[in-house]
Amino acid sequence: MIRVQREDFDVGQELAALTRDRTSIGGVTSFVGLVRDVAGGEKIASMTLEHYPGMTEKQLAEIEAEAHRRWPLDAVLVIHRYGALKPGDRIVLVATASAHRDAAFEACRFLIDWLKTKAPFWKLEETNEGARWVAAQASDEVAAKRWKAD
Amino acid sequence: MKLLYFAWLRQRIGTAEEVLELPREVATVAELVSWLKTRGPAYAEALKNPKLVRVAVNREYVPFEHAVKPGDEVAFFPPVTGG
Repeated sequence: MIRVQREDFDVGQELAALTRDRTSIGGVTSFVGLVRDVAGGEKIASMTLEHYPGMTEKQLAEIEAEAHRRWPLDAVLVIHRYGALKPGDRIVLVATASAHRDAAFEACRFLIDWLKTKAPFWKLEETNEGARWVAAQASDEVAAKRWKAD
Repeated sequence: MKLLYFAWLRQRIGTAEEVLELPREVATVAELVSWLKTRGPAYAEALKNPKLVRVAVNREYVPFEHAVKPGDEVAFFPPVTGG
């Protein structure tokens, strides 16, 4: 399931809902991305996440479908927020549920790696020096590429 | 054709969205970029470095040689930074 929303989410509630009445699930892996207070040596006062409504949901749904093709997953949940956020705020939740832990761990890592390079979001950081758009990291491309050969 | 701009491309061009009638000779993304750059210094500045520009046609990533046609939704944006 994919959700793109302005509102915060409760990780405990989301994970409980994901596994409710699904007793074939043996394990859940989750990743929660947060807003850091420092980037490039500068203090971050706030962050605004912009996205491309319509394309975001489409890309995330394709990434979710790809995870289901690669691993035996019982459930996938991706929640990604947009709008104004502060340090410590949750940005993203990726959760994968499977009968066994290997699939859950690997699929969760795959989802966050692919999301970082494919989902059309952009971060604008407010620092003491003013506002600046976060540049894409080459390391994120490297992380995503290792899933390509599979 | 509906054109969308995001993040610093939106700021530099000065609009988030516009509907434009294309000249007939514009048949690919690369030709669309070249044509947009003739529309003013803001476009030329925003689109000057193709390495920093990603393109989606009808909400799918495409390379610059991809075809475009009237009725397409074409979006220009910097490399993404979600997650």
